[in-house]
Amino acid sequence: MDATRIVVLGAGIIGAACARELALAGFAVTVAERGAPAAGTTAHGEGNVLVSDKEPGPELELAKLSRRLWPEVLAEIADRARPAAPRAATRTTTRTTTRTTGRTADPVAAVEWDPKGGIVVATTGDGARELERFAAAQRAQGVATETLDAAALAAAEPYATRDFALAVRYPQDAQVQPSGAAAALLADALRAGAVLRTGCEVLGAETAGGRITGVRTSTGTIGADAVVNAAGPWAGETSRRLGAPVDVRPRRGEVLVTAPMPPTVFHKVYDADYVGAVGSGAGDLQASAVVESTRAGTILLGSSRRRVGFDERIRPDVLAVIAAKALRLFPSLAGVPVMRAYGGFRPYVPDHLPVIGADPRLPGLWHATGHEGAGIGLSVGTARILADLILGREPEIDAEPFRADRPAVPLDPAAASGTAAPAEPPEPSQGANP
Amino acid sequence: MSPRLVPASADAAGRRPDVPLRITVDGVPYNGAAGQTIAGVLLAAGRRSWRNGPSGAPRGVFCGIGACFDCLVTVNGDRDVRACRRRAADGDAVTTQSRAADSADPAGTDGGER
Amino acid sequence: MTRHVVVVGAGPAGLGAAAAALRAGARVTLVDSAEHPGGQYHRMLPDAYRAARPGRLHHGWDAFDRLRRRVTGHPRCAWWPETSVWMLERSAPGEPRPPRVHVLRGPADGSGRERRVLEPEALVLAPGAHDRALPFPGWDLPGVFTAGAAQALAKGERVVVGDRVVVGGAGPFLLPVAASLLEAGASVAEVLEAGTAAAVARGWGRRPWELASQAGKAGELAGYAALLARHRVPYRTGRAVIEARGDGRVEEAVTARLRADWSVVPGTERTVTADAVCVTHGFSPQLELPVAAGCALRAGATPEEPFVEVDADQLTTAPGVYAAGEVTGIAGAPAARAEGLLAGWLAGGGAPSAPELRRLRARRDQGRAFAARLAAAHPVGAAWPGWLRPGTVVCRCEETDYAALCRAADDAAGGAAARAVKLGTRAGLGPCQARICGPTVAELLRRRAAGAPGRPAEGLAPATPHHRPVAQPIRLGELAEPPRESE
Repeated sequence: MDATRIVVLGAGIIGAACARELALAGFAVTVAERGAPAAGTTAHGEGNVLVSDKEPGPELELAKLSRRLWPEVLAEIADRARPAAPRAATRTTTRTTTRTTGRTADPVAAVEWDPKGGIVVATTGDGARELERFAAAQRAQGVATETLDAAALAAAEPYATRDFALAVRYPQDAQVQPSGAAAALLADALRAGAVLRTGCEVLGAETAGGRITGVRTSTGTIGADAVVNAAGPWAGETSRRLGAPVDVRPRRGEVLVTAPMPPTVFHKVYDADYVGAVGSGAGDLQASAVVESTRAGTILLGSSRRRVGFDERIRPDVLAVIAAKALRLFPSLAGVPVMRAYGGFRPYVPDHLPVIGADPRLPGLWHATGHEGAGIGLSVGTARILADLILGREPEIDAEPFRADRPAVPLDPAAASGTAAPAEPPEPSQGANP
Repeated sequence: MSPRLVPASADAAGRRPDVPLRITVDGVPYNGAAGQTIAGVLLAAGRRSWRNGPSGAPRGVFCGIGACFDCLVTVNGDRDVRACRRRAADGDAVTTQSRAADSADPAGTDGGER
Repeated sequence: MTRHVVVVGAGPAGLGAAAAALRAGARVTLVDSAEHPGGQYHRMLPDAYRAARPGRLHHGWDAFDRLRRRVTGHPRCAWWPETSVWMLERSAPGEPRPPRVHVLRGPADGSGRERRVLEPEALVLAPGAHDRALPFPGWDLPGVFTAGAAQALAKGERVVVGDRVVVGGAGPFLLPVAASLLEAGASVAEVLEAGTAAAVARGWGRRPWELASQAGKAGELAGYAALLARHRVPYRTGRAVIEARGDGRVEEAVTARLRADWSVVPGTERTVTADAVCVTHGFSPQLELPVAAGCALRAGATPEEPFVEVDADQLTTAPGVYAAGEVTGIAGAPAARAEGLLAGWLAGGGAPSAPELRRLRARRDQGRAFAARLAAAHPVGAAWPGWLRPGTVVCRCEETDYAALCRAADDAAGGAAARAVKLGTRAGLGPCQARICGPTVAELLRRRAAGAPGRPAEGLAPATPHHRPVAQPIRLGELAEPPRESE
């Protein structure tokens, strides 16, 4: 085998997307996953493919690139899967079957790609002014926006509040079923020759002459010419084990799931009101309402942001704040039962930008992580940029802002220890980023 | 004949005569006895199913103690009430629920831990 | 300050726990989702029935009636009926406190119920169990009930589920269910115990001294058997309902002889006319609260049927959290009561050296032996999936069928089966939140050799079918309201 060997660490959506691009580029790719594919952050989000929540800057450029790529990537997957479907059947997770629909041959059906559009609603005068400014700046960067008057909002979302100050529709916003999307990307990577190893935990790096030459794992050493750290919120710990720590931290989020409902919410609807610390007893909490339905009929209600390390306890007071905020957007949901709640961890970097690029401290090590709550949507653009960088091609957008050696990212290997998060700076005022 | 309420006069437990009540289900009146659950009223009236699953398959009581959620109804506007656990109150307006898609939208998955 | 004990569940175990904690001097809040204490075993008639002789429907009624009056009327007891625990909020790791108990008070699944939060010094979990019903073709037809449903309706509100009923499954619970149906005036076509006569006899016949302590239980069972004989109801071993048929409702049941592993003996199928089929294949302990409290589980007969791990004092591995009754093992009401009494006394701060504890511990230990005996006498045979057809619904909520589960399991990339199957087929993600199909789906996947799931990442809950942090549905409007200040 003389193809360059790349080990991708993590089989979440970022790892799956990167493995796919790299395998298609001809690399010999191994995906090493500690648990099961798409079982971490990918399985605990909402499936956002958003441009609406990105302010002009590098992340918006990455979002626009990703939004353009998503339909292209899905079409490519469908093309490649079809002729090979019988052979690939034992290796893919992409087909869904229900009693009502029967067996579907569509390899991207489980992705549930839905360009439903987003609607951002400001319920206060201050929020409206800020949203207006924000949307104008986005428009200047090519983002499609439409201001909705009361009648237009009522037509688009009949159950939404009538008591609002400004509503802006973002037709480019879309949604995927995140686990299905990751599975489709991963299956395509496997079709292109990538190999998946699950239950395979990274223990450390093999190096020679200052370069990484492989990873030591719980199931043996895997030789590599390059290694991609796509471990999401665990990327900090993974990079520490490899000897080149980066400052990626977990940021807790919770989502409520209602009982299945008849169609009630038609877009991804979220509030534009900037939210500071909420209430006593929840001092570390930021929350903004994000409301959307799924094809199964459930309604997802997000979302919260807390910095609590990897504490997985679900807190009733946090759920209460999410519910209260969702009801401001959809007062008529007050009688709808919540049947489930889940929580997960977003990977975030203190300067709130993803990390995509080479780690100059350990040649051969690359990072693709730190997407916070936007990794599902940004995955395909991230993978494209990473592949371009590894191949020495000029990426389609400026990748400099995502460099792994920018000041916010690298940690001193001697100082970084364990998984303890460094002291948290005060939270900067953020947009209504779900 | 089918499910029924043991007549008070023949009940070994020594019930006093039933206190009648009436509820409606999708506008149709059903007579029951005070103390019965909504599921009990419907079963005793010979109705075995009142909800539809995603395929439209009929559902009624299965576990009878609130674990299976098969028997959900809307009561006086409140969705998703377990009929086996809710006592019927005279005048309750019950409406039935269906998971079957009204639209052509295929049954999908909702992913994540959703 | 008087020690505050919260007891969840007012069945035999919970009522016993409350009584013992009160005796130990504690202040007790006893919560139950029903309107009356008693649980499933002593399910009481509604007050509106004004029944003069409710004890006719129960074993041990007088003792129960005295106990529940003493407990609910005790000055240090707050009895909260119609109260659902919707969440247990664990304390921070290392803090030796039981979880805070978040409840909703008001009519079942009502709106605008009152949110309250309890902060106990000790918590006793006695939520009980519900029937485990294995799927078979037609089990989703109206007219197929769990045995528990038939009994709850007959005992709890005097509704009989059909005229001609087939009762089938495994375990001694078949008998009281058939007895309840007969008492309420149904005709029971037959009672089918899936275990073969040899297996049942082996399980019950060994070490008979373990049964001595369960004399009450044995007498009760003998009474049921006599009732069946009087009504000429056949009790057949090694036979099961393997299909229910009918147009929109049950019209007939197909039964068949089973081998010891519950595989069907071909050619032994028989069709029985029936308008109701009642099944039970064992019990599923209600584990969401113990799991939410952080209690470790111990394996039961299969990995999918665990129980709460408790020590000799009924203490779980979670600080200040005790468990009693069927969540620790299925041993019947007397054993549950003994566990509850022990747990409540210790949770309430009673002296561990109290002399009566020796007797209680002995009764509890006999109960555990009895539970082991029950499990051995009535195991679920490994070949039961042979009853399934490709189109048999396994997850009733989402109507995921057996074929879809198998395909998803086979397709799942590299050992991701459990989660991938759940997400890809929605099995277990519907309104019941895997209460009914969870153990079955997990078992089917395991047997399909779905592979090792790998280690769950730090901070992420393991994919267990018992993980339900929202333990009971709560309406958004109720959740958005702040809880009423406690006490």
